Amino acid sequence: MRKDSNFLILVGTIGLFVCVNIFLMASGKLPLSFDGFGIILGAGLTFAVYSFLYKDNPAFKIAENLYVGVSLGYTIVITWFNFLKPDLYDPLIVPMFSKASEKAPQYALIFPSLLGIFMLLRFSRKLSWLSRWTFAFVVGLGAGISIPRVISAFILEQIKPSLRPVFSGGETILSSINTLLIMLGVISVLIYFIFSVEHKGTIGKFSKIGIWFLMISFGASFGYTVMGRLSLLIGRIQFLLRDWLGVLQ
Amino acid sequence: MNFLKRTIPLIIAFVMGVLMAMQYYVPHKLSQDLLEVVSRWDRIIAGFAVFIGAYSLFHLHWTRIKRRIEGWGYSVFVYFGAIITLIFGFLNGGKFFWNDKQDGTMFDWLYYYVQVPAGATIFSILAFFIASAAYRTFRARTKESTVLLVAAILVMLGRVPIGNYISQYIPAIADWIMAVPNLAAKRGILLGVSLGAIATSLKIIFGIERSYLGGGD
Repeated sequence: MRKDSNFLILVGTIGLFVCVNIFLMASGKLPLSFDGFGIILGAGLTFAVYSFLYKDNPAFKIAENLYVGVSLGYTIVITWFNFLKPDLYDPLIVPMFSKASEKAPQYALIFPSLLGIFMLLRFSRKLSWLSRWTFAFVVGLGAGISIPRVISAFILEQIKPSLRPVFSGGETILSSINTLLIMLGVISVLIYFIFSVEHKGTIGKFSKIGIWFLMISFGASFGYTVMGRLSLLIGRIQFLLRDWLGVLQ
Repeated sequence: MNFLKRTIPLIIAFVMGVLMAMQYYVPHKLSQDLLEVVSRWDRIIAGFAVFIGAYSLFHLHWTRIKRRIEGWGYSVFVYFGAIITLIFGFLNGGKFFWNDKQDGTMFDWLYYYVQVPAGATIFSILAFFIASAAYRTFRARTKESTVLLVAAILVMLGRVPIGNYISQYIPAIADWIMAVPNLAAKRGILLGVSLGAIATSLKIIFGIERSYLGGGD
């Protein structure tokens, strides 16, 4: 009985959606073009995803799986056009096999290609160990690149403004208090994360201050995230009211 | 064989790690060229890595379809979406994939009318879940949780016009929270994370951290 009512709700909603779209197309509010059909598809997917707020249902699952599939296809195509084609196909494959090409093949690119192929050997039982060479190359490269850059950008550049003079002339009292607060916040948060020392006495007090700073930060991050999601929600409602129904200008 | 399977990867990681760490401190054109070359190689390898992800996803959904696991019909839509996008992407508006990417093709249409709406809606739906989770879990039981609650409310109110209607100070307070206590805490966390990242990088370079090699021989 309950399954039947769910099915009726689904069919009724789809029927209503189809009727609204026929009306919109007939009244000229939606163009009879690929763009018009695209807007209908976008609106349908939006409703299908929002239908999850009622309960999990086939429309949501179809939209979800379709999204995963399209995203996968998009990622592969963009990887080809943005990375593999300009960095490998054009400089190596084209000059190797095309007589019309004036450029000499960049044979050095065979090396990363081999490493890429080794990575794909992960699926072979006998040769999967070769993928370790690729992972070692990528992980070693990443580790080496990150050490000096992290020291520079995330340690030195973050310590410098935290240790600014509180009074260097010209600033307001409020900005001096803020500088002091930032310094106190950074030190107390760092002390909170020192787990090799028992948080008692002075360390304990500083650690407590650190927790307060962290709580404010977590609250602020939460508020910021909520507002970001809400702006996406507003964007979707704008799409439905303006692009699909045409009631907003 | 152990040399090929375990020692060579460790040597590669060590050489690449030391080379790239030193490269930063050598302000010579050769050093800059080296960075450019290996960055390009890294992009090429990342391009191949995409196919591992694609294979894993296709394999997972193929298994669901083959074994008729409950809900297998939905997996067909993953294949449908991916194949349609791949066909239009590589058709490239009739110019085919070996030419530069064309604008205004069916591939772009799929992006604008399937990927963007579905992606934005899935992320926007989190607004409801976050609000619901916050309603159930945010309780001002302790001083610390009260601070978190008040900071969240002030930042949210400070970002919308109603905050200004309630009090003109709310947007200023929200800005101050973001610029002072939030910045201080984030900076503290960032310093800790950075030190951890450096320690992990050094462990990888010197072969102490080997989890990236995976299990087995």
